[in-house]
Amino acid sequence: MKPFRYERAGSLASACASATEPTAKFIAGGTNLLDLMKLQIETPTHLVDIGPLPLGEIEETADGGLRIGARVTNSALAADMRVRRRYPVLSQAILAGASTQLRNKATTGGNLLQRTRCSYFYDTTKPCNKRVPGSGCAALGGLNRMNAVIGVSNDCIAAHGSDMAVAMAALDARAETVAADGATRTIPIDALYRPPGNTPHIETVLAPGELIRSVVLPPPPPGRQLYRKVRDRASYAFALVSVAVIVEREDDRVRAARVAFGGISYKPWRSAEAEAALIGATATRASFDAAGRAALRDARGYGYNDFKLPLARRTLRAALADVTGVI
Amino acid sequence: MERILPFLSLLSRRRFLGTAGAATLTLASRPTSAEAAVEPAAMHSENVTLTVNGRRHDLDLDPRVTLLDALREHLGLTGTKKGCDQGQCGACTVIVNGQRINSCLTLAVMHAGDEITTIEGLEKDGDLHPMQVAFVHHDGLQCGYCTPGQICSAVALLAEHKAGWPSYATADVATAPVLTDAEIAERMSGNICRCSAYPNIVSAIREVAEGGRT
Repeated sequence: MKPFRYERAGSLASACASATEPTAKFIAGGTNLLDLMKLQIETPTHLVDIGPLPLGEIEETADGGLRIGARVTNSALAADMRVRRRYPVLSQAILAGASTQLRNKATTGGNLLQRTRCSYFYDTTKPCNKRVPGSGCAALGGLNRMNAVIGVSNDCIAAHGSDMAVAMAALDARAETVAADGATRTIPIDALYRPPGNTPHIETVLAPGELIRSVVLPPPPPGRQLYRKVRDRASYAFALVSVAVIVEREDDRVRAARVAFGGISYKPWRSAEAEAALIGATATRASFDAAGRAALRDARGYGYNDFKLPLARRTLRAALADVTGVI
Repeated sequence: MERILPFLSLLSRRRFLGTAGAATLTLASRPTSAEAAVEPAAMHSENVTLTVNGRRHDLDLDPRVTLLDALREHLGLTGTKKGCDQGQCGACTVIVNGQRINSCLTLAVMHAGDEITTIEGLEKDGDLHPMQVAFVHHDGLQCGYCTPGQICSAVALLAEHKAGWPSYATADVATAPVLTDAEIAERMSGNICRCSAYPNIVSAIREVAEGGRT
């Protein structure tokens, strides 16, 4: 680990001001950042610990939603009875990720901002445009089994690793941020991440020193919620493909549908195409297959991850069948 | 250096450490490690008071020192093990304010004021913790390297279950789950045992959850 200056945040304003330095980083749970610092993939010279800031609460909002402080741990969020009853897809998604030890430290803000687990991002002996801009992408012609299949570029095919964010995307969650000058803004989770294009090292729309202070969940949409994850072992592994679905059924038809995928893109991948195919359709396997085809229409494999296209379609079909009770 | 030590365990790693001397240890240490003495740029230290197993320790630490290294290298509490040092194996699991965490992925300076419990702190007045007794009774180990982490994890698991926390194995997350073997296995997935003592670990935890040995 490279040396750094450690600062306990005294206030939101001072924390954001300190973190505007280009080589400064906020730290909360640290489970991803410290791992990357040990490997010298992250080399901040200044760490601003937001542990002392009052961002650890989950509150009701006036319209019947929830406001989740950025420092709320993944464990606390998944175990909150309001989340379990009203947003079960979020509890399920969080509990599908990492281990209890990690979820006890990992935070809401940090989970959203975690870096990719692309093995070439982690391997400092290999080119990686995300780690060293302009160096190339070893994953394109490499062992890219875990990599993305949609929304990515010829400069980077890294996938986002969060389960939590997939459920949040389906729930239309919004990140509330504060900048060093005190300015606040609200960013839909779906708009938080920048497509890799030819600048994959710039991953979000956040400015230096801009801090996610909370995530707001709107009131839960009608319908049944489900998170389904497919991975290489039964627990404690990143998704090959995952899907969050929220479906309201009326008689034999789908009245409302939300679909978001994990493991297939640089961000939690909300699929307007799948939703459009589902809404008004009969709740049948044929309709679910059509939704899967619509969702993956613009996807392409890069060799070892070709299997993700049929796997994503089948995972969606299985989740939709489960949530609608269609055999 | 800790990476190679599990394979030397038959030689008595404590004696190996005692006789090998500092030079040998530096040779084997990774350059990315937080054991900072070789990094000349590490200028300043932070004062932090750690409360471990009920005792307060005043330490001046390079901010890079992880909680794991503070426990092992600065406080001599070597019961907590370093396995992967990247949050994948769970050997370094300790209990902080009642919750289990990977001590390798957190900085010691971030734990001022926290109540830290390690494997050394589980016994009371010479009596083993019921979970330690159950691991012995059920033979929940082979080489033993992962065991302190497994036991700390298991102790915290029972508290989490008592608090009604769901897990990925819970069919309906809005309900308080029954602690089945599938629940125990899922909840222990952050602790890897390369000897694969899993069935006996699950038995040990189930026994304590059901009220201990009768």
